[in-house]
Amino acid sequence: MPEFISRLSVGLERYWGDISYLSVQHLQIVAISAVLALLVALPLGVWMSRAASQRHAMACMQFLNVGQAIPKLALLALAMSFVGVGSGAAIFALWVATLLPVAVNTCEGLRAVPRHLIEAAEAMGMTPAQVLWKVEIPNAMNVIFAGIRTALAINVGTAPLAFLVGGGGLGELIFTGIDLNDFDMMLAGAVSTALLAIAVDLACGLVQNLSVSRGLRLAGRV
Amino acid sequence: MIQIEHLSKTFGAITAVEDVSLSVAEGQICILLGPSGCGKTTTLKMINRLIAPTSGTIRIAGRDTAELDSVTLKRSIGYVIQQVGLFPNMTVEDNICVVPNLLGWDKTKSRKRAAELLEVVALDPAMFLQRYPCELSGGQQQRVGVARALAADPPVMLMDEPFGAIDPINREVIQDEFMRIQRQVGKTVLFVSHDIDEAMKMADCVALFHDGRIEQFGTPDDLLAQPASEFVASFMGGDRVMKRLRLMRSVDVASQVPPRQGGSPAQLVVKPGDDLRQVLSQLLGCGQDWALCNDSEGRFVGYVHQADILARLADHTTPRVH
Repeated sequence: MPEFISRLSVGLERYWGDISYLSVQHLQIVAISAVLALLVALPLGVWMSRAASQRHAMACMQFLNVGQAIPKLALLALAMSFVGVGSGAAIFALWVATLLPVAVNTCEGLRAVPRHLIEAAEAMGMTPAQVLWKVEIPNAMNVIFAGIRTALAINVGTAPLAFLVGGGGLGELIFTGIDLNDFDMMLAGAVSTALLAIAVDLACGLVQNLSVSRGLRLAGRV
Repeated sequence: MIQIEHLSKTFGAITAVEDVSLSVAEGQICILLGPSGCGKTTTLKMINRLIAPTSGTIRIAGRDTAELDSVTLKRSIGYVIQQVGLFPNMTVEDNICVVPNLLGWDKTKSRKRAAELLEVVALDPAMFLQRYPCELSGGQQQRVGVARALAADPPVMLMDEPFGAIDPINREVIQDEFMRIQRQVGKTVLFVSHDIDEAMKMADCVALFHDGRIEQFGTPDDLLAQPASEFVASFMGGDRVMKRLRLMRSVDVASQVPPRQGGSPAQLVVKPGDDLRQVLSQLLGCGQDWALCNDSEGRFVGYVHQADILARLADHTTPRVH
């Protein structure tokens, strides 16, 4: 253990310039793929939860499941063969990997809003859009955020593989470290990736706390 | 105020409501009573068009509701459900302001209204406005539910078993509370219940449902004294004579005729507001055939004779059952 710590500190010190440069690159890939995934998955989840689209929703869910079932490395290889070498392939593969948890949780969260709340909202004269924005989404917020956090954890953790398709990121330190049998370099990349994942999750938790109503947080505590 | 004519609803091959007609005068409470699955809730939900009728007309204040836009119609009718349905993500104040906000009221006006309404339902605004539903007891939640339904001052209120989930003791309290509020606001109320005691206590008129049809429509006393069918008689129960007594007060039978000379001295004093079931029970308990009726300040109102109570019941004693 003392050896681990000393080698880690050596690694961090020696590769600090690389870490700070690659972390930004890493986060860029994560941010672009995650934002694109949210833009698609959130509306998709809302659409799948509507009673009118039940039949198509099942097919859609199966499709997303297939996307999730394919190993991430295979997904990257496939993406590379379509998009070519570079960060584009990495972003596409991470985008696919992030879709499912967000879409499924959005859909399930909305479906789990108690039927009587929706009925009360309708009976008071809310239009379907008002029911969605004022009642359904605020009350499904915790479940939706659980999906986003799962997706981001997968995304940040998978992003080192981007190096293999020429996408850059902290994977560069990890894989190069393995190839050169340079333990310090590998450790510097791995620990930075882990810390980055924790930081992203904490930031997301903060946003969750700000956007979930106090009434729901109090109710959750009981 | 509300006129329903030949209202029917079919779901596929199933007829949920069949040819229902009834009318409720302004300021009255009409209770739709019946066992579960009898079509009473479906009927209620057709009034604010949560469920679209298959056929028939519903008029509110003379206007056919089919001519109104469904959203406008819903905003003009108060609605209270058994599960209360307060939005857990909103404070009590925001919950009450939902309909005023939908109607585009000014913020200060709707906030003032929310505080006013909490006073009406006997909750302290300073204490409750900023609380969340999860911080309230079941009874308090239902009071807020009633306040929310009253927010935009709708002339008509629909209530779907509003007190069904509250324990018996608190249910009595909140029923009395609601009757007090109703005396103050005078809404026309349609109220679904399966609890016959609740119906007898609160209703001006009762529509007893069975298999999607109205078996009998009348005052609580009509249903108890002259059940129109075997079903009504059995639903109202074998003790319906005693239930009728609950609808009458001792002041209704108090007379100035003194008890016969030489009888036992007065042992029992009752209040004018006591119901006759209670009075008769007390009379039988102490073996008397009369009681003194005095008001709360002890002033003499009249004599309540056991014979007069029995004569009251004789008005309708022959049931119409064939």
